[in-house]
Amino acid sequence: MTRRRSRIRIDRPGFLAYGLLTAFLLASAYPLWWSFVVASGTNATRGETLPLIPGGNFLSNAAKVLDAVPFWQALLNSVIVSGVITVSVVTFATLAGYSFAKLRFRGRDGLMLFVVATLAIPTQLGVIPLFILMKDLGWTGTLGAVIVPTLVTAFGVFFMRQYLVEVIPDELIEAARVDGAGQFRTFLTVAVPAARPAMAILGLFTFMTAWTDFFWPMIVLRANNPTLQTALAQLQSGYYIDYSIVLAGAILATIPLLVLFAVAGRQLISGIMAGAVKG
Amino acid sequence: MSTDIAPRTRLTARQRLSRFDVKASPYLYVAPFFVLFGIVGLFPLVYTFVVSFNDWDLLKGQGDWVGFENYANVLTDRFFWNSIFNTLSIFFLSAVPQLFFALVIAAVLDQNLKGRTFWRMSVLLPYVVSPVAVTLIFSSVFNEGDGLANNIANLFGIADVQWKHDVFASHLAVATMVNYRWTGYNALILLAAMQAVPRDLYESAALDGAGPIRRFVSITLPSIRPTLIFVVITATIGGLQIFAEPRLFDVSNAGGIGGADRQFQTTVLYLWEMAFFRRDFGEAAAIAWLLFLLIVGFALLNFLLSRRLASSELRAAQRKAARAIAESSRSAR
Repeated sequence: MTRRRSRIRIDRPGFLAYGLLTAFLLASAYPLWWSFVVASGTNATRGETLPLIPGGNFLSNAAKVLDAVPFWQALLNSVIVSGVITVSVVTFATLAGYSFAKLRFRGRDGLMLFVVATLAIPTQLGVIPLFILMKDLGWTGTLGAVIVPTLVTAFGVFFMRQYLVEVIPDELIEAARVDGAGQFRTFLTVAVPAARPAMAILGLFTFMTAWTDFFWPMIVLRANNPTLQTALAQLQSGYYIDYSIVLAGAILATIPLLVLFAVAGRQLISGIMAGAVKG
Repeated sequence: MSTDIAPRTRLTARQRLSRFDVKASPYLYVAPFFVLFGIVGLFPLVYTFVVSFNDWDLLKGQGDWVGFENYANVLTDRFFWNSIFNTLSIFFLSAVPQLFFALVIAAVLDQNLKGRTFWRMSVLLPYVVSPVAVTLIFSSVFNEGDGLANNIANLFGIADVQWKHDVFASHLAVATMVNYRWTGYNALILLAAMQAVPRDLYESAALDGAGPIRRFVSITLPSIRPTLIFVVITATIGGLQIFAEPRLFDVSNAGGIGGADRQFQTTVLYLWEMAFFRRDFGEAAAIAWLLFLLIVGFALLNFLLSRRLASSELRAAQRKAARAIAESSRSAR
């Protein structure tokens, strides 16, 4: 392979580039490492200027976390909440996105414009009527109250529509219909297989957003039935804060996402770069 | 279309069913979204308006219709204006450095790096830490007595900073948490836009003697403007609704309403306090609507402002770039 000289001159990054990235990586990773060091030491570890070496108390501090809050229940709740929301958002977004991308019907453009317009609307600000609604239904304190408000997102529909417009040739749909497939059959056999990569990315981001959400779960759930995030927040109550326990909790709660990151980090990156945005 | 080919004159039941299928299915597929979104997204937002015109207690429920009284109360409430000030201050302290560093990182990542995937992953690492965990970590880092931030400051001979009491310092601390989580994420979005810039532009500019900074300012920046606008607008919508960070930054003082003197109480946090501490849903709804207007207004302003900047500068840059390409191809021949 021969390269043109100018290309080499422009694109070869020097020490400065690697230095900058290394500095950024250290700034990103050190707070996490520091948390682990503190969580594995005693509350006095924090007095050291730049502690680097973990102590041996992580498991005992983690055990204190499990005593202080219903951690396993919170973990299970988070799995249920994020799982149900993800399945629902991806399913309905794929259905609607396919319809907007590939089917012809009266009012389509107007409805799509509505979807786009709602992208920029901070629906979070509807919390008060939402809370009244959940209270009237008697759902406060239950996982249903956390799940229902996020069963669909405008972003999901928009994202799937943009993707499906590109990837499914109209001829493929025609062919399926000529073969006698009904609309739903066509959706299942043509659209879903083609949509799979985008569904995975949308699912990943929906899961992350649901998993890390705090505002609404904190409002609608009680201390005895928390998600991971609201349980974590409980660790900090009271006037005396033992940071080795609080940070042990933060580390414990971050492990599942670190695992997800190790497994699906590449997909996350390509999702962000393909235009997946904040939920 | 395929049904038209069928040479039958009368529609069979099967064909009628198929026709119904074709007509109704598109609506059936979009219906779940619109019905659910209407109930849990749009209706609450509109109903917030109704609540804001009533006396409405968290426990006692709906009271009398009071017209604009809730709005009048909120607009003369110094805590409300304090929260607006804090929100904007934290927003600027996070948006500006975040954008700057995201641009720098994206520009570095846009080069021919060894271990490309590794560096991209490393940039995204903080994003997988939830805002609550980030806040707990930084609440400890910024602890005034023995936190990491003050330990490092002391190394350089700087006296302990009152991260949780001082207004500016606390805003800086909260902004740091937001920046920690979102800078790398935004860098990747900007990187995607940078990779779409034709490499020829850089090469011809380099041949013309433009250095890396010059190339970045006059080629990269104008080319990625639309993405930049997008990032700014999403940062605005998110940044004006910061909640977890101020809520959990200093819980030991005043139960986590944003500092003992509300020195870092954001507007969403104030909304929460009004609704669930003071149980005044009417005023809380008024706050929600005012914040809604502020966010939409800000997003719109950003959009118009950056679009105007973008269109004029982009056109100039494109013209210049086109000329450069034409010239270099001529000289190559």
